[in-house]
Amino acid sequence: MVQKTGPLLEIRNLTVRFDTSNGAFTAVDGVDVSVDGREVLAIVGESGSGKSVSMLAVMGLLPDTATVTADAMLYDGRDLLQMSVAERQKLIGREITMIFQEPVASLNPSFTVGFQIEEVLRYNMGLDHRAARNRAVDLFNAVGIPEPETKLDAYPHQLSGGQCQRVMIAMAIASNPRLLIADEPTTALDVTIQKQILDLLMDLQERHGMALILITHDMGVVAETADRVIVQYQGRKMEEADVLSLFEHPQNAYTRALLSALPENATGDRLPTVAEFMAAEARA
Amino acid sequence: MTMVIQGRALTQDYVVGGGLFTKAATVRAVKGVDFAVERGKTLAIVGESGSGKSTLARIIALIDAPSSGELRVAGEVVDIARKRLTPDMRSKVQMVFQNPYGSLNPRQKVGDVLMEPLLINTPLSAPERRDRAEAMLAKVGLAPEHFNRYPHMFSGGQRQRIAIARALMLNPALLVLDEPVSALDLSVQAQFLNLLADLQDEFDLTYVFVSHDLSVVRYIADDVLVLSKGVAVEQGAREALFANPQHAYTQQLFAATPVTDIAAIRARVERRKAARAGAIG
Repeated sequence: MVQKTGPLLEIRNLTVRFDTSNGAFTAVDGVDVSVDGREVLAIVGESGSGKSVSMLAVMGLLPDTATVTADAMLYDGRDLLQMSVAERQKLIGREITMIFQEPVASLNPSFTVGFQIEEVLRYNMGLDHRAARNRAVDLFNAVGIPEPETKLDAYPHQLSGGQCQRVMIAMAIASNPRLLIADEPTTALDVTIQKQILDLLMDLQERHGMALILITHDMGVVAETADRVIVQYQGRKMEEADVLSLFEHPQNAYTRALLSALPENATGDRLPTVAEFMAAEARA
Repeated sequence: MTMVIQGRALTQDYVVGGGLFTKAATVRAVKGVDFAVERGKTLAIVGESGSGKSTLARIIALIDAPSSGELRVAGEVVDIARKRLTPDMRSKVQMVFQNPYGSLNPRQKVGDVLMEPLLINTPLSAPERRDRAEAMLAKVGLAPEHFNRYPHMFSGGQRQRIAIARALMLNPALLVLDEPVSALDLSVQAQFLNLLADLQDEFDLTYVFVSHDLSVVRYIADDVLVLSKGVAVEQGAREALFANPQHAYTQQLFAATPVTDIAAIRARVERRKAARAGAIG
Protein backbone atom coordinates (compact mmCIF):
# COMPACT_ATOMS: atom_id res chain seq x y z
CA MET A 1 0.00 0.00 0.00
CA VAL A 2 1.25 3.48 -0.85
CA GLN A 3 1.57 5.49 2.33
CA LYS A 4 0.37 9.00 1.79
CA THR A 5 1.83 11.65 4.00
CA GLY A 6 -0.47 13.79 6.09
CA PRO A 7 -3.30 12.81 8.38
CA LEU A 8 -5.69 9.95 7.59
CA LEU A 9 -8.71 12.11 8.36
CA GLU A 10 -8.55 15.87 8.20
CA ILE A 11 -11.59 18.04 8.79
CA ARG A 12 -11.31 21.79 8.51
CA ASN A 13 -13.88 24.26 9.82
CA LEU A 14 -16.75 21.80 10.27
CA THR A 15 -20.12 23.32 11.04
CA VAL A 16 -23.33 21.36 11.59
CA ARG A 17 -26.67 23.16 11.85
CA PHE A 18 -30.02 21.63 12.66
CA ASP A 19 -33.31 23.14 11.51
CA THR A 20 -35.63 23.17 14.48
CA SER A 21 -39.04 24.70 15.02
CA ASN A 22 -37.27 27.46 16.96
CA GLY A 23 -34.95 28.27 14.06
CA ALA A 24 -31.47 27.00 13.24
CA PHE A 25 -29.39 25.44 16.00
CA THR A 26 -25.62 25.19 15.56
CA ALA A 27 -24.44 21.94 17.13
CA VAL A 28 -20.87 22.07 15.81
CA ASP A 29 -19.28 25.44 15.15
CA GLY A 30 -16.08 25.66 13.12
CA VAL A 31 -14.26 22.61 14.48
CA ASP A 32 -11.02 21.21 13.03
CA VAL A 33 -10.26 17.53 13.60
CA SER A 34 -7.36 15.52 12.26
CA VAL A 35 -6.16 12.05 13.09
CA ASP A 36 -3.08 10.18 11.91
CA GLY A 37 -3.01 6.64 10.65
CA ARG A 38 -2.01 4.89 13.86
CA GLU A 39 -3.24 7.39 16.39
CA VAL A 40 -5.78 7.29 19.22
CA LEU A 41 -7.66 10.58 19.35
CA ALA A 42 -10.12 11.23 22.17
CA ILE A 43 -12.86 13.81 21.70
CA VAL A 44 -14.11 14.71 25.14
CA GLY A 45 -17.02 16.87 26.20
CA GLU A 46 -20.26 16.97 28.12
CA SER A 47 -23.71 16.46 26.63
CA GLY A 48 -24.49 19.09 24.03
CA SER A 49 -20.82 19.67 23.20
CA GLY A 50 -21.33 18.33 19.67
CA LYS A 51 -18.73 15.60 20.11
CA SER A 52 -20.90 12.87 18.57
CA VAL A 53 -22.46 15.09 15.90
CA SER A 54 -19.12 15.90 14.28
CA MET A 55 -18.30 12.20 13.85
CA LEU A 56 -21.83 11.34 12.68
CA ALA A 57 -21.25 14.00 10.02
CA VAL A 58 -18.17 12.09 8.84
CA MET A 59 -20.19 8.87 8.69
CA GLY A 60 -23.07 10.61 6.88
CA LEU A 61 -25.48 9.40 9.56
CA LEU A 62 -27.13 12.72 10.39
CA PRO A 63 -30.84 13.25 9.65
CA ASP A 64 -32.06 15.45 6.79
CA THR A 65 -32.62 18.37 9.15
CA ALA A 66 -28.85 18.71 9.55
CA THR A 67 -26.76 20.93 7.27
CA VAL A 68 -23.10 19.95 7.18
CA THR A 69 -20.54 22.41 5.85
CA ALA A 70 -16.77 22.23 5.98
CA ASP A 71 -13.85 23.79 4.15
CA ALA A 72 -12.59 20.25 3.73
CA MET A 73 -13.36 16.77 5.02
CA LEU A 74 -10.42 14.81 3.69
CA TYR A 75 -10.08 11.07 4.16
CA ASP A 76 -6.74 9.85 2.85
CA GLY A 77 -6.52 13.03 0.81
CA ARG A 78 -9.96 12.72 -0.80
CA ASP A 79 -12.84 14.98 0.14
CA LEU A 80 -15.80 13.02 1.54
CA LEU A 81 -18.15 15.94 0.89
CA GLN A 82 -17.22 16.19 -2.81
CA MET A 83 -17.36 12.51 -3.77
CA SER A 84 -20.42 10.71 -5.10
CA VAL A 85 -22.71 8.71 -2.83
CA ALA A 86 -21.44 5.46 -4.37
CA GLU A 87 -17.82 6.40 -3.76
CA ARG A 88 -18.57 7.40 -0.20
CA GLN A 89 -20.42 4.15 0.46
CA LYS A 90 -17.29 2.24 -0.52
CA LEU A 91 -15.48 3.91 2.36
CA ILE A 92 -18.12 4.17 5.05
CA GLY A 93 -18.66 0.87 6.80
CA ARG A 94 -15.50 -0.54 5.22
CA GLU A 95 -12.51 1.73 5.68
CA ILE A 96 -14.26 3.89 8.27
CA THR A 97 -16.47 2.08 10.78
CA MET A 98 -18.23 3.09 13.96
CA ILE A 99 -19.51 1.56 17.19
CA PHE A 100 -22.00 3.12 19.56
CA GLN A 101 -22.88 3.57 23.20
CA GLU A 102 -25.71 1.05 23.59
CA PRO A 103 -24.37 -2.28 22.32
CA VAL A 104 -27.60 -4.18 22.96
CA ALA A 105 -29.68 -1.55 21.13
CA SER A 106 -27.21 -1.44 18.22
CA LEU A 107 -27.96 -5.05 17.31
CA ASN A 108 -31.19 -6.26 15.73
CA PRO A 109 -33.06 -8.31 18.34
CA SER A 110 -34.79 -10.47 15.71
CA PHE A 111 -31.65 -12.07 14.23
CA THR A 112 -28.78 -14.06 15.68
CA VAL A 113 -25.53 -12.18 16.11
CA GLY A 114 -23.97 -14.66 13.67
CA PHE A 115 -26.47 -13.71 10.96
CA GLN A 116 -25.76 -10.04 11.56
CA ILE A 117 -21.98 -10.30 11.38
CA GLU A 118 -22.14 -12.63 8.35
CA GLU A 119 -24.38 -10.09 6.63
CA VAL A 120 -21.62 -7.50 7.05
CA LEU A 121 -19.05 -9.93 5.66
CA ARG A 122 -21.17 -10.95 2.66
CA TYR A 123 -22.22 -7.41 1.80
CA ASN A 124 -18.95 -5.58 2.41
CA MET A 125 -16.41 -8.23 1.52
CA GLY A 126 -18.34 -10.39 -0.95
CA LEU A 127 -17.72 -13.60 0.99
CA ASP A 128 -19.97 -16.63 0.43
CA HIS A 129 -21.91 -18.22 3.25
CA ARG A 130 -19.25 -20.70 4.33
CA ALA A 131 -16.36 -18.25 4.12
CA ALA A 132 -18.38 -15.66 6.05
CA ARG A 133 -19.06 -18.19 8.80
CA ASN A 134 -15.38 -19.07 9.11
CA ARG A 135 -14.36 -15.43 9.15
CA ALA A 136 -17.02 -14.70 11.80
CA VAL A 137 -15.53 -17.40 14.04
CA ASP A 138 -12.07 -15.86 13.58
CA LEU A 139 -13.40 -12.42 14.41
CA PHE A 140 -15.19 -13.65 17.55
CA ASN A 141 -11.91 -15.22 18.62
CA ALA A 142 -10.10 -11.95 17.94
CA VAL A 143 -12.47 -9.96 20.15
CA GLY A 144 -12.38 -12.54 22.93
CA ILE A 145 -15.82 -14.14 22.75
CA PRO A 146 -15.56 -17.64 24.21
CA GLU A 147 -17.05 -20.62 22.27
CA PRO A 148 -17.52 -18.59 19.08
CA GLU A 149 -19.34 -21.37 17.17
CA THR A 150 -22.11 -21.52 19.81
CA LYS A 151 -22.23 -17.78 20.40
CA LEU A 152 -22.83 -17.10 16.69
CA ASP A 153 -26.25 -18.72 17.10
CA ALA A 154 -27.19 -16.55 20.08
CA TYR A 155 -29.64 -13.67 19.90
CA PRO A 156 -28.51 -10.31 21.33
CA HIS A 157 -30.71 -10.66 24.43
CA GLN A 158 -28.93 -13.90 25.31
CA LEU A 159 -25.59 -12.09 25.59
CA SER A 160 -24.41 -9.64 28.24
CA GLY A 161 -23.82 -5.97 27.44
CA GLY A 162 -20.07 -6.50 27.33
CA GLN A 163 -20.41 -9.43 24.92
CA CYS A 164 -22.76 -7.44 22.67
CA GLN A 165 -20.15 -4.67 22.52
CA ARG A 166 -17.56 -7.31 21.54
CA VAL A 167 -19.91 -8.42 18.74
CA MET A 168 -20.22 -4.79 17.59
CA ILE A 169 -16.42 -4.44 17.64
CA ALA A 170 -16.09 -7.69 15.66
CA MET A 171 -18.44 -6.26 13.01
CA ALA A 172 -16.59 -2.96 12.99
CA ILE A 173 -13.18 -4.57 12.41
CA ALA A 174 -14.50 -7.20 9.95
CA SER A 175 -13.40 -5.17 6.95
CA ASN A 176 -9.99 -4.28 8.44
CA PRO A 177 -10.89 -0.59 8.66
CA ARG A 178 -8.23 2.09 8.76
CA LEU A 179 -10.32 4.29 11.05
CA LEU A 180 -12.61 3.12 13.84
CA ILE A 181 -14.85 5.67 15.53
CA ALA A 182 -16.09 4.57 18.97
CA ASP A 183 -18.87 6.73 20.44
CA GLU A 184 -18.96 6.24 24.23
CA PRO A 185 -18.25 2.50 23.76
CA THR A 186 -18.11 1.70 27.48
CA THR A 187 -20.56 4.14 29.04
CA ALA A 188 -23.29 1.52 29.50
CA LEU A 189 -20.88 -1.07 30.90
CA ASP A 190 -19.57 -1.98 34.36
CA VAL A 191 -16.10 -0.76 35.25
CA THR A 192 -14.42 -4.20 35.07
CA ILE A 193 -16.08 -4.82 31.67
CA GLN A 194 -15.14 -1.29 30.60
CA LYS A 195 -11.50 -2.12 31.27
CA GLN A 196 -11.73 -5.30 29.18
CA ILE A 197 -13.36 -3.47 26.25
CA LEU A 198 -10.88 -0.57 26.35
CA ASP A 199 -7.97 -3.04 26.53
CA LEU A 200 -9.44 -4.87 23.55
CA LEU A 201 -9.85 -1.67 21.51
CA MET A 202 -6.30 -0.55 22.31
CA ASP A 203 -4.92 -3.98 21.45
CA LEU A 204 -6.78 -4.12 18.12
CA GLN A 205 -5.74 -0.56 17.31
CA GLU A 206 -2.09 -1.46 17.88
CA ARG A 207 -2.17 -4.81 16.08
CA HIS A 208 -4.15 -3.66 13.04
CA GLY A 209 -2.37 -0.32 12.94
CA MET A 210 -5.63 1.55 12.56
CA ALA A 211 -6.64 4.98 13.78
CA LEU A 212 -9.12 5.18 16.64
CA ILE A 213 -11.34 8.14 17.47
CA LEU A 214 -12.83 7.71 20.90
CA ILE A 215 -15.75 9.95 21.82
CA THR A 216 -16.26 10.10 25.58
CA HIS A 217 -17.36 12.24 28.50
CA ASP A 218 -15.12 10.33 30.91
CA MET A 219 -11.74 11.88 31.73
CA GLY A 220 -10.63 8.55 33.18
CA VAL A 221 -11.19 6.81 29.83
CA VAL A 222 -9.24 9.61 28.11
CA ALA A 223 -6.35 9.22 30.55
CA GLU A 224 -6.18 5.46 29.95
CA THR A 225 -6.38 5.42 26.15
CA ALA A 226 -5.65 8.60 24.20
CA ASP A 227 -2.54 9.81 22.42
CA ARG A 228 -4.09 13.18 21.69
CA VAL A 229 -7.21 14.89 23.02
CA ILE A 230 -9.71 17.44 21.74
CA VAL A 231 -11.88 19.10 24.38
CA GLN A 232 -15.21 20.34 23.05
CA TYR A 233 -17.78 22.58 24.72
CA GLN A 234 -21.04 23.83 23.24
CA GLY A 235 -20.02 22.95 19.71
CA ARG A 236 -16.61 24.60 19.84
CA LYS A 237 -13.13 23.22 20.26
CA MET A 238 -11.72 24.49 23.55
CA GLU A 239 -8.35 22.83 23.49
CA GLU A 240 -6.29 20.27 21.65
CA ALA A 241 -3.18 18.69 23.15
CA ASP A 242 -1.33 15.43 23.65
CA VAL A 243 -2.76 13.53 26.59
CA LEU A 244 0.03 14.21 29.05
CA SER A 245 0.13 17.98 28.43
CA LEU A 246 -3.65 18.16 28.71
CA PHE A 247 -3.72 16.63 32.18
CA GLU A 248 -0.47 18.22 33.34
CA HIS A 249 -0.80 21.74 31.95
CA PRO A 250 -4.35 22.32 30.71
CA GLN A 251 -4.34 25.59 28.76
CA ASN A 252 -8.03 26.32 28.49
CA ALA A 253 -10.23 27.47 31.37
CA TYR A 254 -12.94 24.95 30.54
CA THR A 255 -10.46 22.07 30.52
CA ARG A 256 -9.13 23.18 33.90
CA ALA A 257 -12.67 23.44 35.20
CA LEU A 258 -13.53 19.93 34.00
CA LEU A 259 -10.43 18.45 35.59
CA SER A 260 -11.05 20.19 38.89
CA ALA A 261 -14.65 18.90 38.95
CA LEU A 262 -13.35 15.32 39.06
CA PRO A 263 -14.11 13.91 42.52
CA GLU A 264 -10.64 12.34 42.71
CA ASN A 265 -9.05 15.78 42.34
CA ALA A 266 -11.10 17.28 45.16
CA THR A 267 -8.90 19.28 47.51
CA GLY A 268 -11.36 20.69 50.01
CA ASP A 269 -14.85 19.86 51.15
CA ARG A 270 -16.45 21.16 48.00
CA LEU A 271 -16.03 20.35 44.35
CA PRO A 272 -15.59 23.46 42.24
CA THR A 273 -18.32 23.36 39.60
CA VAL A 274 -17.49 24.32 36.04
CA ALA A 275 -19.47 27.57 36.24
CA GLU A 276 -17.91 28.63 39.56
CA PHE A 277 -14.44 27.70 38.39
CA MET A 278 -14.69 29.66 35.16
CA ALA A 279 -16.15 32.68 36.96
CA ALA A 280 -13.27 32.59 39.47
CA GLU A 281 -10.70 32.36 36.66
CA ALA A 282 -12.33 35.27 34.82
CA ARG A 283 -12.01 37.42 37.97
CA ALA A 284 -8.39 36.46 38.54
CA MET B 1 -24.13 6.56 69.11
CA THR B 2 -27.47 6.35 67.34
CA MET B 3 -27.89 4.05 64.41
CA VAL B 4 -30.42 5.42 61.97
CA ILE B 5 -30.63 2.16 60.11
CA GLN B 6 -29.37 -1.34 60.81
CA GLY B 7 -29.72 -4.50 58.78
CA ARG B 8 -28.94 -8.00 60.00
CA ALA B 9 -28.64 -11.10 57.81
CA LEU B 10 -30.80 -9.56 55.10
CA THR B 11 -31.61 -11.80 52.15
CA GLN B 12 -33.80 -11.37 49.12
CA ASP B 13 -35.05 -14.19 46.90
CA TYR B 14 -36.62 -13.71 43.51
CA VAL B 15 -38.59 -16.43 41.77
CA VAL B 16 -37.80 -16.60 38.07
CA GLY B 17 -39.13 -18.63 35.19
CA GLY B 18 -41.84 -21.12 35.88
CA GLY B 19 -43.40 -21.35 32.43
CA LEU B 20 -45.44 -24.20 31.02
CA PHE B 21 -42.54 -26.65 30.78
CA THR B 22 -39.95 -25.25 33.12
CA LYS B 23 -39.89 -25.28 36.87
CA ALA B 24 -39.62 -21.98 38.67
CA ALA B 25 -36.18 -21.31 40.09
CA THR B 26 -35.23 -19.17 43.04
CA VAL B 27 -32.47 -16.64 42.70
CA ARG B 28 -30.98 -15.27 45.88
CA ALA B 29 -30.06 -11.69 44.97
CA VAL B 30 -28.92 -10.62 48.44
CA LYS B 31 -27.26 -13.26 50.61
CA GLY B 32 -27.20 -12.26 54.25
CA VAL B 33 -25.95 -8.68 54.45
CA ASP B 34 -25.27 -6.87 57.75
CA PHE B 35 -24.74 -3.14 58.04
CA ALA B 36 -25.41 -0.14 60.26
CA VAL B 37 -25.30 3.59 59.55
CA GLU B 38 -24.85 6.28 62.16
CA ARG B 39 -26.82 9.50 62.12
CA GLY B 40 -25.34 12.12 59.81
CA LYS B 41 -23.04 9.64 58.05
CA THR B 42 -22.93 8.27 54.52
CA LEU B 43 -22.71 4.59 53.72
CA ALA B 44 -21.81 3.82 50.12
CA ILE B 45 -22.88 0.52 48.62
CA VAL B 46 -20.58 -0.34 45.73
CA GLY B 47 -21.05 -3.08 43.19
CA GLU B 48 -21.47 -3.93 39.52
CA SER B 49 -24.66 -4.83 37.71
CA GLY B 50 -26.17 -7.97 39.18
CA SER B 51 -24.43 -7.48 42.52
CA GLY B 52 -27.76 -6.91 44.29
CA LYS B 53 -27.03 -3.30 45.22
CA SER B 54 -30.33 -1.93 43.96
CA THR B 55 -32.20 -4.84 45.56
CA LEU B 56 -30.57 -3.98 48.87
CA ALA B 57 -31.36 -0.29 48.34
CA ARG B 58 -35.04 -1.12 47.83
CA ILE B 59 -35.08 -3.12 51.08
CA ILE B 60 -33.42 -0.27 52.98
CA ALA B 61 -35.86 2.25 51.48
CA LEU B 62 -38.76 0.11 52.79
CA ILE B 63 -40.08 -0.50 49.29
CA ASP B 64 -39.57 -4.29 49.20
CA ALA B 65 -39.70 -6.62 52.18
CA PRO B 66 -36.62 -8.83 52.56
CA SER B 67 -37.10 -12.61 52.32
CA SER B 68 -35.42 -12.97 55.70
CA GLY B 69 -33.37 -10.93 58.12
CA GLU B 70 -34.10 -7.97 60.29
CA LEU B 71 -34.24 -4.27 59.49
CA ARG B 72 -34.25 -1.64 62.22
CA VAL B 73 -35.02 2.02 61.62
CA ALA B 74 -33.94 4.22 64.56
CA GLY B 75 -33.78 1.08 66.70
CA GLU B 76 -37.30 -0.04 65.86
CA VAL B 77 -37.82 -3.31 63.98
CA VAL B 78 -39.67 -2.72 60.70
CA ASP B 79 -41.26 -5.58 58.79
CA ILE B 80 -43.39 -4.31 55.93
CA ALA B 81 -44.34 -7.86 54.93
CA ARG B 82 -46.28 -8.28 58.16
CA LYS B 83 -47.44 -4.80 59.01
CA ARG B 84 -48.31 -1.89 56.77
CA LEU B 85 -45.83 0.94 56.96
CA THR B 86 -47.03 3.80 59.17
CA PRO B 87 -46.94 7.34 57.71
CA ASP B 88 -44.49 8.21 60.46
CA MET B 89 -42.07 5.48 59.37
CA ARG B 90 -42.57 6.32 55.69
CA SER B 91 -41.56 9.89 56.51
CA LYS B 92 -38.30 8.75 58.05
CA VAL B 93 -36.97 6.94 54.99
CA GLN B 94 -37.10 8.34 51.47
CA MET B 95 -35.49 7.44 48.18
CA VAL B 96 -33.96 9.17 45.15
CA PHE B 97 -33.80 7.07 41.99
CA GLN B 98 -31.16 6.80 39.30
CA ASN B 99 -32.99 8.09 36.28
CA PRO B 100 -34.40 11.59 36.73
CA TYR B 101 -36.18 11.23 33.40
CA GLY B 102 -38.18 8.22 34.57
CA SER B 103 -38.79 9.08 38.20
CA LEU B 104 -40.94 12.17 37.69
CA ASN B 105 -44.50 12.01 36.38
CA PRO B 106 -44.50 14.00 33.12
CA ARG B 107 -48.09 15.16 33.71
CA GLN B 108 -47.46 16.52 37.18
CA LYS B 109 -46.26 20.08 37.75
CA VAL B 110 -43.18 20.44 39.95
CA GLY B 111 -45.23 22.06 42.71
CA ASP B 112 -47.61 19.12 42.79
CA VAL B 113 -44.68 16.68 42.77
CA LEU B 114 -43.42 18.31 45.95
CA MET B 115 -46.79 18.72 47.67
CA GLU B 116 -48.06 15.19 47.11
CA PRO B 117 -46.02 13.51 49.89
CA LEU B 118 -47.47 16.08 52.33
CA LEU B 119 -50.99 15.49 51.06
CA ILE B 120 -50.70 11.74 51.61
CA ASN B 121 -48.73 11.62 54.86
CA THR B 122 -49.56 14.81 56.79
CA PRO B 123 -52.67 16.75 57.85
CA LEU B 124 -51.24 20.06 56.58
CA SER B 125 -53.57 22.53 54.84
CA ALA B 126 -53.15 23.50 51.20
CA PRO B 127 -51.51 26.90 51.89
CA GLU B 128 -49.09 25.24 54.33
CA ARG B 129 -48.20 22.59 51.78
CA ARG B 130 -47.55 25.28 49.22
CA ASP B 131 -45.32 27.25 51.56
CA ARG B 132 -43.23 24.22 52.38
CA ALA B 133 -42.88 23.22 48.74
CA GLU B 134 -41.74 26.72 47.78
CA ALA B 135 -39.24 26.77 50.62
CA MET B 136 -37.85 23.39 49.57
CA LEU B 137 -37.54 24.52 45.94
CA ALA B 138 -35.26 27.32 47.13
CA LYS B 139 -33.25 24.91 49.32
CA VAL B 140 -32.30 22.72 46.37
CA GLY B 141 -31.33 25.72 44.24
CA LEU B 142 -34.39 26.11 42.06
CA ALA B 143 -36.41 29.30 41.59
CA PRO B 144 -39.99 30.09 42.67
CA GLU B 145 -41.10 30.36 39.03
CA HIS B 146 -40.25 26.66 38.58
CA PHE B 147 -43.24 25.76 40.78
CA ASN B 148 -45.74 25.62 37.92
CA ARG B 149 -43.52 24.00 35.30
CA TYR B 150 -43.58 20.43 34.04
CA PRO B 151 -40.62 18.02 34.33
CA HIS B 152 -39.85 18.05 30.58
CA MET B 153 -38.88 21.72 30.86
CA PHE B 154 -35.91 20.83 33.08
CA SER B 155 -32.43 19.44 32.47
CA GLY B 156 -31.25 16.15 34.02
CA GLY B 157 -29.45 17.93 36.85
CA GLN B 158 -32.46 20.10 37.64
CA ARG B 159 -34.74 17.06 37.61
CA GLN B 160 -32.49 15.32 40.08
CA ARG B 161 -32.81 18.42 42.30
CA ILE B 162 -36.59 18.09 42.06
CA ALA B 163 -36.34 14.40 42.97
CA ILE B 164 -34.27 15.18 46.05
CA ALA B 165 -36.61 18.03 47.02
CA ARG B 166 -39.53 15.58 46.85
CA ALA B 167 -37.63 13.11 49.02
CA LEU B 168 -36.92 15.80 51.63
CA MET B 169 -40.50 17.12 51.91
CA LEU B 170 -41.31 14.81 54.84
CA ASN B 171 -38.13 15.66 56.82
CA PRO B 172 -36.67 12.17 56.53
CA ALA B 173 -33.80 10.97 58.68
CA LEU B 174 -32.48 8.65 55.99
CA LEU B 175 -32.16 9.16 52.27
CA VAL B 176 -31.46 6.20 50.00
CA LEU B 177 -29.84 7.39 46.77
CA ASP B 178 -29.63 4.79 44.00
CA GLU B 179 -26.94 5.90 41.50
CA PRO B 180 -28.13 9.54 41.72
CA VAL B 181 -25.31 11.03 39.62
CA SER B 182 -24.69 8.35 37.01
CA ALA B 183 -26.96 10.09 34.46
CA LEU B 184 -25.37 13.51 35.02
CA ASP B 185 -22.54 15.34 33.28
CA LEU B 186 -19.34 15.93 35.21
CA SER B 187 -19.99 19.60 35.95
CA VAL B 188 -23.59 18.91 36.96
CA GLN B 189 -22.42 15.97 39.07
CA ALA B 190 -20.12 18.30 41.01
CA GLN B 191 -23.01 20.69 41.73
CA PHE B 192 -25.24 17.83 42.84
CA LEU B 193 -22.61 16.29 45.15
CA ASN B 194 -22.10 19.73 46.74
CA LEU B 195 -25.86 20.04 47.22
CA LEU B 196 -25.95 16.62 48.93
CA ALA B 197 -23.18 17.72 51.31
CA ASP B 198 -25.01 20.98 52.14
CA LEU B 199 -28.32 19.23 52.77
CA GLN B 200 -26.63 16.60 54.93
CA ASP B 201 -25.15 19.34 57.14
CA GLU B 202 -28.33 21.36 57.31
CA PHE B 203 -30.79 18.55 58.09
CA ASP B 204 -28.41 16.12 59.81
CA LEU B 205 -29.28 13.59 57.12
CA THR B 206 -28.05 10.04 56.86
CA TYR B 207 -27.32 8.75 53.37
CA VAL B 208 -27.18 5.30 51.86
CA PHE B 209 -25.50 6.03 48.54
CA VAL B 210 -25.55 3.27 45.93
CA SER B 211 -22.94 3.69 43.21
CA HIS B 212 -20.63 1.89 40.83
CA ASP B 213 -18.31 4.90 40.56
CA LEU B 214 -15.42 4.55 42.98
CA SER B 215 -14.16 8.10 42.56
CA VAL B 216 -17.56 9.46 43.60
CA VAL B 217 -17.72 6.98 46.50
CA ARG B 218 -14.28 7.97 47.71
CA TYR B 219 -15.37 11.60 47.69
CA ILE B 220 -18.72 11.23 49.45
CA ALA B 221 -18.70 8.17 51.72
CA ASP B 222 -17.80 7.69 55.39
CA ASP B 223 -18.19 3.92 55.20
CA VAL B 224 -18.17 1.60 52.21
CA LEU B 225 -19.81 -1.76 51.63
CA VAL B 226 -18.62 -3.72 48.59
CA LEU B 227 -21.23 -6.06 47.21
CA SER B 228 -20.49 -8.89 44.81
CA LYS B 229 -23.11 -11.43 43.73
CA GLY B 230 -25.27 -10.58 46.73
CA VAL B 231 -22.49 -10.96 49.29
CA ALA B 232 -20.92 -8.10 51.20
CA VAL B 233 -17.34 -9.13 50.43
CA GLU B 234 -15.81 -6.18 52.24
CA GLN B 235 -16.98 -3.31 54.39
CA GLY B 236 -15.34 -0.66 56.49
CA ALA B 237 -14.27 2.94 56.85
CA ARG B 238 -13.50 4.70 53.59
CA GLU B 239 -9.84 5.59 54.26
CA ALA B 240 -8.93 2.08 55.35
CA LEU B 241 -10.78 0.42 52.50
CA PHE B 242 -9.31 2.63 49.80
CA ALA B 243 -5.82 2.53 51.30
CA ASN B 244 -5.71 -1.22 51.68
CA PRO B 245 -8.48 -3.22 50.01
CA GLN B 246 -8.49 -6.77 51.40
CA HIS B 247 -10.81 -8.79 49.21
CA ALA B 248 -9.74 -9.91 45.74
CA TYR B 249 -12.95 -8.52 44.21
CA THR B 250 -12.40 -5.07 45.74
CA GLN B 251 -8.83 -5.08 44.43
CA GLN B 252 -10.07 -6.07 40.98
CA LEU B 253 -12.63 -3.24 41.07
CA PHE B 254 -9.95 -0.72 42.03
CA ALA B 255 -7.60 -1.98 39.34
CA ALA B 256 -10.30 -1.59 36.67
CA THR B 257 -11.18 1.99 37.63
CA PRO B 258 -9.51 4.46 35.26
CA VAL B 259 -7.13 6.88 36.94
CA THR B 260 -6.38 10.43 35.85
CA ASP B 261 -3.14 10.52 37.79
CA ILE B 262 -0.30 12.27 35.88
CA ALA B 263 2.33 9.66 36.77
CA ALA B 264 0.06 6.86 35.52
CA ILE B 265 -0.58 8.70 32.23
CA ARG B 266 3.13 9.36 31.75
CA ALA B 267 3.92 5.68 32.39
CA ARG B 268 1.29 4.58 29.86
CA VAL B 269 2.47 7.04 27.20
CA GLU B 270 6.05 5.83 27.66
CA ARG B 271 5.06 2.15 27.52
CA ARG B 272 3.29 2.84 24.26
CA LYS B 273 6.23 4.73 22.81
CA ALA B 274 8.57 1.89 23.75
CA ALA B 275 6.26 -0.74 22.27
CA ARG B 276 6.06 1.19 19.00
CA ALA B 277 9.80 1.72 18.81
CA GLY B 278 10.20 -2.04 19.37
CA ALA B 279 7.65 -2.87 16.67
CA ILE B 280 9.33 -0.65 14.08
CA GLY B 281 12.96 -1.42 15.02
